[in-house]
Amino acid sequence: MSNETNRRDFLGYTFAAVAAVGGAASLVGMKQAWDPLPSVLAGGFTTIELSGIKAGEPETFTWRGKPIFVLKKTAEMENNKRDLVIGEDRFTVAIGLCTHLGCIPAWKKTKWKCACHGGEFNPSAEQVFGPPPRPLDLPPFSVKGTQIVLGEEGPEYKKIAAAMKNA
Amino acid sequence: MAKITKANSVGEWLDQRLNTTTFNKVMMTEYWIPKDINFLWAMGVLLATTFGILLISGIFLLMYYKPDVNLAFDSVNYTIMQEVAYGWLFRHMHGVAASVVFLIIYIHMFTGIYYGSYKQGREMIWISGMLLFVTFSAEGFSGYMLPWGQMSYWAAMVITNLFGGVPVIGDALVVWIRGDFNVADATLTRFFMLHVFLLPLVIMALIAFHFYTLRIPHVNNQTSEEFDFDAEAEKYLSGNKKESKVIPFWPIFISKDLAVLGIFLIFYFYLVFFHYNFAMDPVNFDPADNMVTPAHIYPEWYFLWSYEVLRGFFFDIAGVKAFDIGLAAFGFANIIFVILPWLDRDTKILPAHKRPAFFIWFWILMVDLIILTIWGKLPPTGNNAWVGFFAATAFILLFVLLPIVTKIDAKKRGE
Repeated sequence: MSNETNRRDFLGYTFAAVAAVGGAASLVGMKQAWDPLPSVLAGGFTTIELSGIKAGEPETFTWRGKPIFVLKKTAEMENNKRDLVIGEDRFTVAIGLCTHLGCIPAWKKTKWKCACHGGEFNPSAEQVFGPPPRPLDLPPFSVKGTQIVLGEEGPEYKKIAAAMKNA
Repeated sequence: MAKITKANSVGEWLDQRLNTTTFNKVMMTEYWIPKDINFLWAMGVLLATTFGILLISGIFLLMYYKPDVNLAFDSVNYTIMQEVAYGWLFRHMHGVAASVVFLIIYIHMFTGIYYGSYKQGREMIWISGMLLFVTFSAEGFSGYMLPWGQMSYWAAMVITNLFGGVPVIGDALVVWIRGDFNVADATLTRFFMLHVFLLPLVIMALIAFHFYTLRIPHVNNQTSEEFDFDAEAEKYLSGNKKESKVIPFWPIFISKDLAVLGIFLIFYFYLVFFHYNFAMDPVNFDPADNMVTPAHIYPEWYFLWSYEVLRGFFFDIAGVKAFDIGLAAFGFANIIFVILPWLDRDTKILPAHKRPAFFIWFWILMVDLIILTIWGKLPPTGNNAWVGFFAATAFILLFVLLPIVTKIDAKKRGE
């Protein structure tokens, strides 16, 4: 140490170090106080029975407070890489929140239209007009017979998610 | 300790202990204001008064409001509106003042721009004012959430989703801000805390700072004339009041402020008693429902211009997503006013009518903001989307062009 460093400087450095550690610890605590609570994170799983859904008429379910669109495609609707195929049927499963700013689009005959900023999504949940930057998001699910369980990442989900990523 | 002697009056007693005479001089009787200013300079006092009204009416609402998703809607629409004596009055005073305060802020802000009050020497006044504007915006938004109606819910949804645009951590950040995967109880209680405590505290500190920033460079005037405040004050104090270019804030100048305030309060209470619903969207009288988006959502009138800049870019340009362009434009709109003192390249402080190119720029900006505000409320489809696109582009271009526009004026004067 140089001769200019004296005892008072040492006191200053010590105080700064204590304050820095205390400040950092406080920030971590404050950040965590704003984190979602464990009860929220435990959010749970939602089971949806697909057999009763009519082709061409999407239904809306709730999962973690978010709307989930399930559309059984009609024969005229195009095939898509994100179709969930169960037996003869093809389904679109999507989180029903516009990927622009999160409003719920409404089904208008052949597409979902968002009233907030005019975004539109086709039956495969892909954006076809307006500001949405990507298709409606795919919720994690697993398939059990004619049921899907939202919140679990099953092999069918992984396959579709991978196909969407590579597109 | 200072020399304390037996006081002959309460005033003297306080003066010995708190130095009230000097304090009054500095803050009021020897705080010098130029003579040459018009009613537009009264907006500061109007804002301080309106903030006072918001604070007091807010305290009364706070006594009955319940920040809980199951209770909030009824605590406002039943308890406060039906049961509490004069609850309806406090709510309407609060709601109308929240809207009117923005009208006055905008007038205050554009008065500053018109007369060049943000320029050399007064940058800190301008910056602290813009910080106040941003904090007021956060305060207004967090308050709009509290009645927990449909508009409250979906406004919260859209605003919190904006943070999803932050690179990498966006999605996690949205969940963190909300405290839930969705806008939910945790979101309501934390925004309640921000609205009734943290943000008002910040606003009060900023108001004090904003007042302080005026002390050294002093208030601008109608001709933007620069003069020596100390010399003019000297003239006034020596009895040469007619020649002096300044008057004391109290009791001379405040009389003009109070006259304008009187007219403003008549207008304000007219709104409170006869047109309180202009600030209330009918959709917000439906309780919040996370499974139904209202057919058409839009913010309060004072956010419409920046909302339209956000959604004006509805198609991808050169491979950049429309969403990202909109978000960038929105960010631009919200910070560009802060750096106005450095975009203005004219070396002289002059009112807009003495700067021909800037004068045109100023009024085009006014018209553009009015167009953005009107179209911000219309459905964003067909031709409306294009009007929004061009108005949003014009807004950005205006600020890109400002350094050139202001240079032209300086050149014309031969500088």
